[in-house]
Amino acid sequence: MEATSTTQTLSPGAGAFSTAKKRPLLAHPMTEKAFIFFARGIISVALLTLIALIADVAIDGYERLTWNFFTAFPSRKAENAGILAAWTGSLWLLLLTITIALPVGVGAAVYLEEYGSKGPFTKLVELCIANLAGVPSVIYGILGLQVFVRSLGFERSLLSGALTLALLALPIIIMASREALRTVPKGYREGALALGATRWQTTRTQVLPVAIPGIATGCILAFSRAIGETAPLITLGALTYVAQVPNSVFSPFTALPIQAFNWLSRPQPEFHTNAAAAITVLLAFMIMLNLLAIIIRAKYQTRQR
Amino acid sequence: MSISGKSTWRPGEFVIEWILRVCSSLSVVTTLGIIAVLSIESVLFFEEVPVSRLLFDTEWTPLFLDKHFGIWPLLAGTLLTSAIALSFAVPAGLIIAIYVSEYASEGVRKVLKPVLELLAGIPTIVYGYFALLFITPMLQVIFPEMGSFNALSAGIAMGIMILPMMASLSEDAIYTVPRSLREGAYALGASKLQMIFGAVLPGAVGGITAAMILSAARAVGETMIVAIAAGQQPLLHLNPLQPVETMTAYIVQVSLGDTPHGTLEYHTLFAVAMMLFLLTMTLNIISLAIRERSKRMYR
Amino acid sequence: MSNAKILPTESTQSNQEQKETMSDGGRAVSQRPKENKITISNVELFYGAYKALHGISLTIPAREVTAFIGPSGCGKSTLLRSINRMNDLIDGVTLTGSIYIDNEDIYAPHIDLIELRKKVGMVFQKSNPFPKSIFDNVAYGPRIHGLRDKDYIDETVRKSLMRADLWREVKDRLHTSALDLSGGQQQRLCIARALAVNPDVLLMDEPASALDPRSTSKIEDLIGELRNDYTIVIVTHNMQQAARVSDTTAFFYEGRVIEHGVTKELFTKPVEKQTEDYITGRFG
Repeated sequence: MEATSTTQTLSPGAGAFSTAKKRPLLAHPMTEKAFIFFARGIISVALLTLIALIADVAIDGYERLTWNFFTAFPSRKAENAGILAAWTGSLWLLLLTITIALPVGVGAAVYLEEYGSKGPFTKLVELCIANLAGVPSVIYGILGLQVFVRSLGFERSLLSGALTLALLALPIIIMASREALRTVPKGYREGALALGATRWQTTRTQVLPVAIPGIATGCILAFSRAIGETAPLITLGALTYVAQVPNSVFSPFTALPIQAFNWLSRPQPEFHTNAAAAITVLLAFMIMLNLLAIIIRAKYQTRQR
Repeated sequence: MSISGKSTWRPGEFVIEWILRVCSSLSVVTTLGIIAVLSIESVLFFEEVPVSRLLFDTEWTPLFLDKHFGIWPLLAGTLLTSAIALSFAVPAGLIIAIYVSEYASEGVRKVLKPVLELLAGIPTIVYGYFALLFITPMLQVIFPEMGSFNALSAGIAMGIMILPMMASLSEDAIYTVPRSLREGAYALGASKLQMIFGAVLPGAVGGITAAMILSAARAVGETMIVAIAAGQQPLLHLNPLQPVETMTAYIVQVSLGDTPHGTLEYHTLFAVAMMLFLLTMTLNIISLAIRERSKRMYR
Repeated sequence: MSNAKILPTESTQSNQEQKETMSDGGRAVSQRPKENKITISNVELFYGAYKALHGISLTIPAREVTAFIGPSGCGKSTLLRSINRMNDLIDGVTLTGSIYIDNEDIYAPHIDLIELRKKVGMVFQKSNPFPKSIFDNVAYGPRIHGLRDKDYIDETVRKSLMRADLWREVKDRLHTSALDLSGGQQQRLCIARALAVNPDVLLMDEPASALDPRSTSKIEDLIGELRNDYTIVIVTHNMQQAARVSDTTAFFYEGRVIEHGVTKELFTKPVEKQTEDYITGRFG
């Protein structure tokens, strides 16, 4: 194939630069058109799937999205059941997870970017983070079960759940925060250090203020993922029937994805409707968080220009 | 104005540096914690069940009276669903990556990136719901004999879930191919597609392989989709229309049941988790090594 | 004692610092025309395995302008950044030999980097104002060193901006962003920011290389005004600039000091062949 094209372009006369009749498949303009068409098709299918995914759930669950659904506890009758325990549990989990994971994650990122040298300790930490990012979430649940629920005696409480989700979110938070710290111009650091600022003064007064929007964007995405996690909480042994609003970090809890899973695994279609409604609430919340992240990023990018 | 440091000991700085160091060492602690927890409990399992029973049995029935501990049914279930997912996600992700990096306009890229991010951030339970109550009913029109739990629907949903990750990692890999390589191909008279297939893709092959392996690790470790849509019957077969049980789905199954702490059934949880961990960690490390090597190539 | 330096005398802190400065060996003999502020002896610097500086020995006189010239990659910036230990920030850099400032070895283990960098200010090639107001940029140094007295800070900012010849241009918009200033103004702001910490030494790493000719000449005038009060070391690849602003010049080539002497003599009758080739434009 290649050989024919070479001889053709090299042959004099017959318009060496004109479009040759016989071209290799990949050089043919039609092939390219077909490829672009195909690629656009795949992207459209992916986008349509996204829409179908959201629409399917929302349409299925729409009829159950009444006020009562938000203020009722689970019930044996599908139409009486609600997500009060689940959404309050999810909210508690989110806030607790942020409280635990945000300072630790940003702190680790600051250490790795601003303090760490390329020593063996940094290398080890980086390897562990890269590896933890790929550990299936269900394994974190087993870690939480053994360490938080049993060894530390926190039982199947919000605290155990939040600690587990925090460990799960940490690698993503650290990676996103490091990325944000790396975008801070070197000149800010050098300028501050040359004036006799200490490492921490430089970080606190120059580096972090510039990096905060980027850190926020990355962390919002990380937390919105953590809050949608089901598997680790199930492994942890989170309860599927809870008829109380949590009032302390040691309360037993359920969460939206667990409640949805519980309803989904029942055979009756009425409970599937409940599951759809619960998932719709979860999705709406996550899309809101994603939008928030997009807005912060857009605002930050325009201000940098 | 002495610059000697004796007079200016700064305890605050010292304390902060140590706090930050502890924060970053937490990843090491977590890794060690996972390994310790899984090993300790797995050892208890293997004390009662020799490895040979895992390898030379074709049934997995630890929750029944007649206990069999052959790992193959769970392994086959995991591999089957993952293979279905990857056979969708890898080519589609690669084509999206090529299109986005070589053809798409800046505007399209700006819209597509957050959409892919959103798609990647959707909770897996949603995909599970979608697989069970949307994909399966649709497929049952084509395959009327298909049950409501099957490997195919779960695999397809998982493929959709992995697609954004595959696409964005491949795009990163394509992005790192230096311009000189593209220009070199163009200078030889290559068409755009020839340039892509002859220069860009071979140049990015390391990164793309790494993306594929990472996607595979993600598929192997995915839990909710298979727990909801693939069923919980550990049957040894490779028929996508039949229900299967994956390693992750088994973990969920045991967790949901009231398995008493300290029993053999309870320990199977850790043995299966250990195998899952080893499998995904091996994939991760291979992917990491490939990525490092291909990064160094263009430095 | 030079009263042109920035410390307002009414502050107790400044009194104390002045006393310290006076008791300092260097100050007591300030009448003597040639007194060495910085002594560099046999400095070798490695980036990993690559040797960037080969046994450099130099003395830098107090309250004069010393220029480092040479083709790019000759090690002049590297040596400059060793004088306030900015090279410590780069992984894999090792330095042997010693650099003395006021008879103290700044690479001795007991040296406090913070105090060193307060004493040795630096201005960078690319102006790097912080993304804060003009006022906050200049006040940054005093603030991080624990000064809270508002009047004192106001006074320091004003005097620093005046010394950097920027006060007239910015006095009405002190609280607007420093990033809105022109390139030349930004660089003078960075000089003012360095002066506000009241250093003895000012290191300038090609401070005008990114500026237009008018801004460049302003910076050069400023260096001329500051020379009586500060020991200034300037790295430049612009030989005319070195000739215009410096008292002594050191010519660097491939990590070595080829020639070092009074600027006028070095430029009119260089001893070394390489120096002559460089200043007459035969290479570099």
